[in-house]
Amino acid sequence: MMDNIPFLIFSFITILTALGTVTARNPVYSVLFLVLTFFALSGHYILLNAQFIAVVNLIVYAGAIMVLFLFVLMLLNLNKDSEAPRPWLWQISAALSAGMLLVVLAGSMREASLYLVKGGPEAGEIGLVKNLGKALFTEFVVPFEISSILFLAAMVGAVMIGKKEKQQA
Amino acid sequence: MDQALLIEKIILVLTMLGITLLIATYSTYAERKVAAFLQDRLGPDRAGPFGLLQPLADAGKMFFKEELIPAASEKWLFIMGPGIAMFTACMTGAAIPWGTELHIFGYTLNMQIADIDIGILYIIGFVSMGVYGIMIGGWASNNKYSLYGAIRASSQMISYELAMGLSIIAVVMMSGSLSLKEIAAQQSGMNWNVWYQPLGFVIFFTCALAECNRAPFDLPECETELIGGYHVEYSSMKLGFYLFAEYINMFISSAVIATLYFGGYNFPFQDMISSPALLGWLQFIALFAKIFFFIFVFMWIRWTLPRFRYDQLMHLGWKSLIPLAILNMVITAAVVIARNNGF
Amino acid sequence: MNVPIDQYIYLSSLLFCIGVFGVLLRRNAIVVLMCIELMLNAVNLLFVSLSSYMGDASGQIFVFFIMVVAAAEASVGLAILVMVYRNTRSVDIGFLDKLRK
Repeated sequence: MMDNIPFLIFSFITILTALGTVTARNPVYSVLFLVLTFFALSGHYILLNAQFIAVVNLIVYAGAIMVLFLFVLMLLNLNKDSEAPRPWLWQISAALSAGMLLVVLAGSMREASLYLVKGGPEAGEIGLVKNLGKALFTEFVVPFEISSILFLAAMVGAVMIGKKEKQQA
Repeated sequence: MDQALLIEKIILVLTMLGITLLIATYSTYAERKVAAFLQDRLGPDRAGPFGLLQPLADAGKMFFKEELIPAASEKWLFIMGPGIAMFTACMTGAAIPWGTELHIFGYTLNMQIADIDIGILYIIGFVSMGVYGIMIGGWASNNKYSLYGAIRASSQMISYELAMGLSIIAVVMMSGSLSLKEIAAQQSGMNWNVWYQPLGFVIFFTCALAECNRAPFDLPECETELIGGYHVEYSSMKLGFYLFAEYINMFISSAVIATLYFGGYNFPFQDMISSPALLGWLQFIALFAKIFFFIFVFMWIRWTLPRFRYDQLMHLGWKSLIPLAILNMVITAAVVIARNNGF
Repeated sequence: MNVPIDQYIYLSSLLFCIGVFGVLLRRNAIVVLMCIELMLNAVNLLFVSLSSYMGDASGQIFVFFIMVVAAAEASVGLAILVMVYRNTRSVDIGFLDKLRK
């Protein structure tokens, strides 16, 4: 039972900050809560011996994507509580539907054939960058190359969308 | 055994933290002296011999200043901002090899706090986290000048992180490892990476200047346009934390530059020293000599070059440094492949 | 470390449902995008835990690709939202039903 304590702490932080993200009135607080969620998830990844994914999670999500969100929020000056809350009925039904989804997911997982994965995480070999790199550049090299095209397309798309349109004569 | 290792690590962490803070403190003094030298002045010389106690006097002044929290600010975030800046600045030192091993009173002390096999990624991760301290502080102040400073800082840091990462990739391709210990160990003697990666070094150094918000890239805090940038509303020790974090970042980036490009703790003709105890100490001193040299270069640049305009900064980042870094990366890759195939 | 895999599965299901709850609850389109990131991360957690427990690297590689897609999605999505804000002065998702009328 003592072994579980880091897991429980990280899980507690994850859930609490995720709820904070969803419920914070001010979007800037939402961003900061989400950054904390990513930190807690990185903690989980380290517990699971996936160091590379843990660090990449921090660099990509917390260091780049969330900075972009924060940047847009500041640029648009959306930091005030400009968002009118949904009506009560709406809030309750949102909570109910999410809760029902949770029940369905948890129920279906209970019956899943988890006997395949009894035991603990493998001792720190797969998560190392060497093994991941080997798999990435042999078995998964085609998706890897395609994802670079996706990036290029996303970059060009973002620039094109974000460009100020010329005043029409 | 386990406990001895724990105690050793705790001592090492506290020592390195102490050294980091001490160097950051005296960097403020050095900055004033260097500025005075370059401008043909005397600089601080009242507190103690040669003004050596000036940093202590400054710290005392900072502590006793009145602490103001603007009424319209987001109070908690306003307090958190400088804390985050300081925390991320201090965290990066953990992955840097400060030497091989030191022999003190019969103990052998391994000089790296954490030998992470992805040390360089760890450092990039925490450097990219540093922008939050500035953004949160600038936004929470509820002042448009500090908000401008925060927005400038974040866009500048995102832009320069790209070129920085690309120039690091070239080093990583050469050494075949992401561990800083391994990278430093491969550059023994004079086999420094800078001889193979001069362009990469120039790009990395420029980006390091921009990441530390040092002149000529200090637009987030430029006095003439933004009064003081993101820390306009800060006073007392919170302001002190921001200024201090900048000096710590400068120290750490000098250490990273020394480790990646200038051989880390290695120095020429080190094979001729037979005593391991002496070698350990000399390597430690060699690394710090390199770090001090780079801190001096940082200051030298600050007091020599004028500040960029904002559009010039973005043009330099996106239209010069990134293409150059990609070119550097492609050339390095070609050479590495050619070497591996026996050319 | 002796955490049964079930606990990771329940945790990531809970995280996913919190994300769904956020998407249903919020009006601010930027926060809705963030909730989608939260859902993606719930999936990431599931992938990493299963990959680690089963000793198979493919799960972690897949997480890597999810991150790539998330980064692309966030950049394009935010660019669209900035343009929407420029035209309508709001990022409320309720304003975006112009095509229906």
